[in-house]
Amino acid sequence: MIREPLIFDISDKGKRAFVLPELDVPPREDILEGLSLRDEIEGFPQVSEVEIVRHFTRLSKTNYCVDEGFYPLGSCTMKYSPKINEKIASLPGFVSSHPFAPHDLVQGNLEVLKTTEELLAEITGMDAFSLQPSAGAQGELVGMMLIRACLEERGNPRKIVLIPDSAHGTNPSSAHICGYRVQEIKSNEKGTIDVSDLDQHMTEDVAALMVTNPNTLGIFEADIKKIAEIVHSKGGFVYMDGANLNALVGICRPGDMDVDVIHLNLHKTFSTPHGGGGPGSGPVGVKRELEPYLPVPIIEKEENKYILSFNRPKSIGRVRSYCGNFLVIVKALAYIISLGPQGLKEVAEIAVLNSDYVRKSLENEYHLEYTSPTLHESVFSDKLQKKDGVSNIDIAKRLIDFGVHPPTMSFPLIVHGALMIEPTETESKNDLDLFIDAMKQIAKEAKENPEILKSAPHISYVRRLDETTAARQLVLRWNK
Amino acid sequence: MSYIALSDRDKREMLAKIGISSFDELFRTIPENIKLKKLLDLPSSLTEIELYQYFKKIAAQNSYVDFLSFIGAGAYNHIIPYVVDYLSSRGEFVNPYTPYQPEISQGTLHVIFEFQTLICQVTGMDIANASLYDGASGAAEAVLMAHRLNKKTKILITGTLHPQYKRVIRTYVKNLGIEIVEIGYNEKGGVDFEDLKEKMNDDISAVVSQSPNFLGIIEDLKKISDMAHTAQALSIVVVSEPVSLGLLEAPGKLGADIVTGEGQSFGLPLGFGGPYLGFMACAKEFIRQFPGRIAGQTKDVEGKRGFVLTLSTREQHIRRERATSNICTNQALCALRATIFLETIGREGLKELAWQNIQKANYALEKLCQIEGIRRKFSGKIFNEFVLEFSGDLSKIESFLRKKGIIGGLNLGEFYPELENCALFCVTETHKRKDIDRLAESLKEALKGKQE
Amino acid sequence: MYPDDFYYTKDHEWIQVKGNIATIGITDFAQKQLGDVVYVELPGKGTQLGFHQTIGVIESVKAVSDVYSPVSGEVVEVNDGLNGSPELVNQDPHGKGWFLRLKLKDEAELEKLMPAAEYEKFLEGIEE
Repeated sequence: MIREPLIFDISDKGKRAFVLPELDVPPREDILEGLSLRDEIEGFPQVSEVEIVRHFTRLSKTNYCVDEGFYPLGSCTMKYSPKINEKIASLPGFVSSHPFAPHDLVQGNLEVLKTTEELLAEITGMDAFSLQPSAGAQGELVGMMLIRACLEERGNPRKIVLIPDSAHGTNPSSAHICGYRVQEIKSNEKGTIDVSDLDQHMTEDVAALMVTNPNTLGIFEADIKKIAEIVHSKGGFVYMDGANLNALVGICRPGDMDVDVIHLNLHKTFSTPHGGGGPGSGPVGVKRELEPYLPVPIIEKEENKYILSFNRPKSIGRVRSYCGNFLVIVKALAYIISLGPQGLKEVAEIAVLNSDYVRKSLENEYHLEYTSPTLHESVFSDKLQKKDGVSNIDIAKRLIDFGVHPPTMSFPLIVHGALMIEPTETESKNDLDLFIDAMKQIAKEAKENPEILKSAPHISYVRRLDETTAARQLVLRWNK
Repeated sequence: MSYIALSDRDKREMLAKIGISSFDELFRTIPENIKLKKLLDLPSSLTEIELYQYFKKIAAQNSYVDFLSFIGAGAYNHIIPYVVDYLSSRGEFVNPYTPYQPEISQGTLHVIFEFQTLICQVTGMDIANASLYDGASGAAEAVLMAHRLNKKTKILITGTLHPQYKRVIRTYVKNLGIEIVEIGYNEKGGVDFEDLKEKMNDDISAVVSQSPNFLGIIEDLKKISDMAHTAQALSIVVVSEPVSLGLLEAPGKLGADIVTGEGQSFGLPLGFGGPYLGFMACAKEFIRQFPGRIAGQTKDVEGKRGFVLTLSTREQHIRRERATSNICTNQALCALRATIFLETIGREGLKELAWQNIQKANYALEKLCQIEGIRRKFSGKIFNEFVLEFSGDLSKIESFLRKKGIIGGLNLGEFYPELENCALFCVTETHKRKDIDRLAESLKEALKGKQE
Repeated sequence: MYPDDFYYTKDHEWIQVKGNIATIGITDFAQKQLGDVVYVELPGKGTQLGFHQTIGVIESVKAVSDVYSPVSGEVVEVNDGLNGSPELVNQDPHGKGWFLRLKLKDEAELEKLMPAAEYEKFLEGIEE
C-alpha cells in the first residue's frame, strides 16, 4: 500500500493544476500603492492535476463510510444517504443563487425553506420552525436562547438548567454558553429520569429541563408527560434534544408530549450525509409561546410570494449568516417528500426492529447495564470482557478487522465501557448478521485470545495510533 | 421511495427472534395517549423520477441564476476547478461521520491536517482548527475565546464588520455579560482611528475588525492591531473574502492574535448561503482556549505516520459545561472542498486570482464613476468590492437594470441608514470585461433616462 | 508506596510540609486513574489559594480533572518541568511530578488531612 505523503512534500516550483483565463482589463499598479502586500506564501502547494486526483483518491480509500458497510455509531444515526438527493441539491437554481438575491428571483429557494418548516412542524407536532442553526449543537444553543428570552420577558431569566446524567455533552455546554448553571438529574435503575429526583430539583430557579427522548440508552422516557407537567408547574420549559428522533417519526410526536422546544439533526433522522463531520443542519421547533423569539429572518408568504421578514422585535437575533445550511435542507426535504407519511413511519419501525434484533442476538455475549426495552439503539458494556482484561476500545478496534465501524463509546457516561449500537433502518439482515457474528466471535476471542483484540486493528491502513504522543507533542500543521 | 433493505421473510424471522408478533409491540414502552392514531399529514411518497421533476420545477423558479449579478457582500462567485466537485463527491468523503476511529478515517484526518496547514499559510498564523460553521459564527467564537483568555468583558467591533456577523456576535454574547461597542468609519470607508482611540482602554478584551471590510475597503490592520495591543487587548481580524490573501499581507504578519473568517470563496458554491466554511487560526500560546476540532500528527504502533483528533479535552464531550465551545461538528466536507481548491489553484493560482479580482474591480470602479450621477462613496483602497452613490432613486435604477438582465450591487440602505442611495458592487474574476462594460452601458442608460 | 511524611486528601492530592512551605502533587492512585497525563495547568507565582480551592486542571487524552489545594496559602514556586514533560506525573507522582509549592497560611488546616496509613485504608475502601 502506498503511504500517502502530505501534498506539501510533493510540491515543486512550476507545477500547476489550474490556469485562469488571461486578465482582460489593462492592469494598473497604482491601485496597490500604500497597501501591505505579501511575499510568496512559503510552502504553499504547487502540484499537477493528476497528482491532486491521485492524492485525494488514495486518501479517500483510507476512510470507512456508510456506502461501504455497517456503521452502528450510536446516537449518530448513520443511515444510508439516498444518491438522488445529491443530484437534486446540485441543480443550478439551488447551487448558484446568492443569499442576498432579490426575493422575487429566488422564490424556489424560499419555497424549499417554507415547505421544510411546515413538514417538520407536522412531523414533530410543533408550531413553528427555524432552519437557521448550522448543526445540532447550534440548534441547542438557539433553543436555550429562546427559553431565556421568553423568561427574561416574564421578568426573570432564572439560573439553572436541569440535565439528566445520561445526556450528550453538548447539552450542558450549550446551557452554559446561554448563561445557565447545570444541575444533573440522576437516572433511576431503569435508566430513565428519576421523577422524584426531578421533582426535588425543579424549583422556580430552574429555567428548563433538557431531555433526550428516547434517551441515549435508547429507552423511551414513558413519564414524559408527567415530567413536562412537573417542569411546567414551576414555570419552566421542556427542551428536547431530537438527536434520536429516528425512533419516533410517524409513531409519536414531541409536540404531543408537551415539549416546548426541540432541535432536530437533519443529518441524522433525515438522511443528509455526514461529510466526515459536517455540514449538518439543526433546525429548531417551538410551540406558539416561543415563536416570537425565533432567529431572523422569518420566511413569510405575502400574496402568493415568499419574503424574508426581519420584523421580529423580540427575536434573539442570529446565530449565523444567511438562511442556514440551505443545500443540506434541500436534501432533507427531498428525503421527506420521497418517503411520504407511510415511508417515514416505516423508518421508525424498521430502525427499532433492527436494533431489537441486534440486541436480542447479543444479549448472551455482552452485558446490558439497563435491561429496560429499547427503541432505535441499545447500550451494551464491556463488563463481561473486562474479566479477561479486554475493554470496549479493544472490542471496537477488533471490529475494524471484520469490516464494520465500531459503536459509540464516549457516552452515555452512566455506562462504564459503553458500546452504543444504533443499526438504523437501512441495513439488510445480511449485514446485521455479519455484525452479530463478528461481535460473537470477538466475545469468544476475548476469552481465548485477548491479545488479538488488544493489538487490533490488524488490517487497516494504520494500526492503533498513539493519541498520548499526539496530545503531548503537538504537531498540528506541516512545516518545512 | 423506500430505502429499507429487509424482505418480508427477513421481517418475520427477526420479529420471531425478538419474540414478538407485530411492529406495534416494538413500541410497547410508548404510552398509548401520546401515540399517533393516524398517519402524518404529509404529501404522499414520490419515486426517484417524480422527485427529481418536482425539485427541478422548484429550482427553475430561481431565475436569479439567469442574471448577470454584481452582488458579493460576504458570499462570492468565484471559479471552482472541476476536480473540486469530482473529488469531493466521492462516497468515502461524503458518507463517514466525524473521525472518531482514526484507524479507518485517515482520509478525513489527513485532509484536515492539510487544511489546517493551508489556513495557517494564508493567514500567517501558527495554528488553525478543522473549521467552524461559517464566518459569522467564527467571529462570535473568536470573541468568546478572547474573553476566556483575558477575562475582560468589553469588545470593540468596527462598524464595517459584516452586519450579519455583528448581529451573530451580539446574539452569542448576550447572556454572558459581555458588552459590545461599535467603532465608526471615516470618509475613506475604513475604521475611524479617532473613535477607536477614544474608546480604547484597559477594559477592552479585543478589537474585532474586518479587511477588506463590508464596504470593500482594505483596512490598516497593523495600525488597528497596534492600538489594541497598547491596551493589552487582543486583535481579532475577520476575513470574509479570503481570496484577498493571495495578494494582501497575511493578518498574522500585521499583528493579529486571532484570524477568523468565511472560507466560501475557496471552492464552495453560493448555495443560497450555505453550507459555508468558518475558518479560525491563532497564535500558538492560545491553544488551550481554541474552539473546535483539531487534527494532530502521531504514529501507530509500527511507527507509521497517522493523524488523530487531538486536544479533545477542550471539547464538550469531555469538558461538558466547561468546554471551550459547544461546537461538535466542523464543516469537514466544506473544508475538504477548500483544501482541494487551494491545492489545485496552488501558489501561483491564488496570487493570480487575487490579482485579477483587484484589477477587474478597479477597472469597473473607474468605468462606473465616469457615469454622470454615480459617485465613488469612499476613497480607501479596494479589493473586489466598492460602494457607489447614486443621484436619484436607487430602486428605480435597480428595476431598470433588471429589465436588462442585470442585478446591480447590494442596496446598502437596509444595513446603513446613512448610505441610503448607495450600493455595494462586487467584481470577481468571473466577470468578463464585456460584462462590466454592459453594466456600465446599462447604468448610463438608466441614469440618462432619469434625467430626461 | 505512600510516603509517611506526606498528608493526603480524599481528592487524591498529597502535601509535604517543610517549615512553612508545602509541596503539593497528586497521588499514585490518582495518576493511575487518569492514565497518560498530557497537560497540567497551574496557577502563577503569587496566586493566593484558599482551602480546597481549585488550583488547576490535569488532562489525560480523554479525561480532565480539577486539582484542589489541600490547604490555603500563597504560591511560591511552580513545577515548570511539567510544561514540557507532563509524563513526570505518571512516572514519579510523589517526586518529580510535584505541582507547586505554597507558603502555608494556617497550619491547623493540616489536621483535616489524612496521614499515609489512613489514606491507604481509604483507598482500600474505594478499590473494593
